[in-house]
Amino acid sequence: MSQTILSWSMTFAQICLVIAMALAALRMSRGPRAQDRVLALDTLYVNSMLLLMVFGIRTGKVIYFEASLVIGMLGFVATVALAKFLMRGEVIE
Amino acid sequence: MSTIEHAGDLPAWAALAVSFFLVIGASLALIGTIGFVRLPTFYERIHAPTLGTSWGTGGIVMASMIFFTVLSTRPVVHEILIGIFVTVTTPVTLMLLARAALHRDRAEGNPGVPREAPAQAEEGEGEAVTAE
Repeated sequence: MSQTILSWSMTFAQICLVIAMALAALRMSRGPRAQDRVLALDTLYVNSMLLLMVFGIRTGKVIYFEASLVIGMLGFVATVALAKFLMRGEVIE
Repeated sequence: MSTIEHAGDLPAWAALAVSFFLVIGASLALIGTIGFVRLPTFYERIHAPTLGTSWGTGGIVMASMIFFTVLSTRPVVHEILIGIFVTVTTPVTLMLLARAALHRDRAEGNPGVPREAPAQAEEGEGEAVTAE
C-alpha cells in the first residue's frame, strides 16, 4: 500500500516538474524581451533542481542531491551574471 | 509503475508524509510556472516562479529529509543546505533582475513604468533605495 502511494506520488511529481520545465522553455523561446528569457532560464534551473531531488528520492542515491546542489549554485551565478549584463552591458567592470 | 525496492520497509505514515510533501511541492512549482507563462507583463511575471522557489523547494526538500531520515533511522539533514541556499539567493537574483528590467524600460522610455526618484531622495542614502 505504501509502495503504491509513494510510487504514484513520485510519478505525479516528476510529470508536474517536467511540464513546468517545458513551460519555462516555451517562455524562454517566446519571451518578448531579454529579461523574460533570463527569468525563464532561472525557472528552468529551479525546476530541474527539484526534478533531480525527486530522482534522488526515487533511486535512493546521494549523487542526485549533489547534482541538484551544483545546479542550484550554477543557476544563482548565471542569473546574477545575466542580470548584471542586462543592467550594464558588461559582466566584469 | 515500477516499485521502489529500497523503500521496502518504509512505514505507512512516512510514505503518506513523503507523498504529501512531494505532491505539494511539485504542484506549487507547476502552478508557479503556469503563472509565469500566462501573466501579461514582466513585472507581474517575476512574482510567479517564486512559488516554486519557496514552497516548491521546501516541500520537496522536506519530503527528501523525511524519506532518508526514516529509511536510514538517523537524522539526515543535508538537504536543508539546498533549502537555505535557494531561500537566500532567490530574492537577490530577482531584485537584480527587476532592477535591470526597470533600468532598461526607463532607458527606452516605455510607458507604464514609474519615473526616476527625484534628486532630493538621493541625499539620504538609506532612503534612496526605497524611494525608487
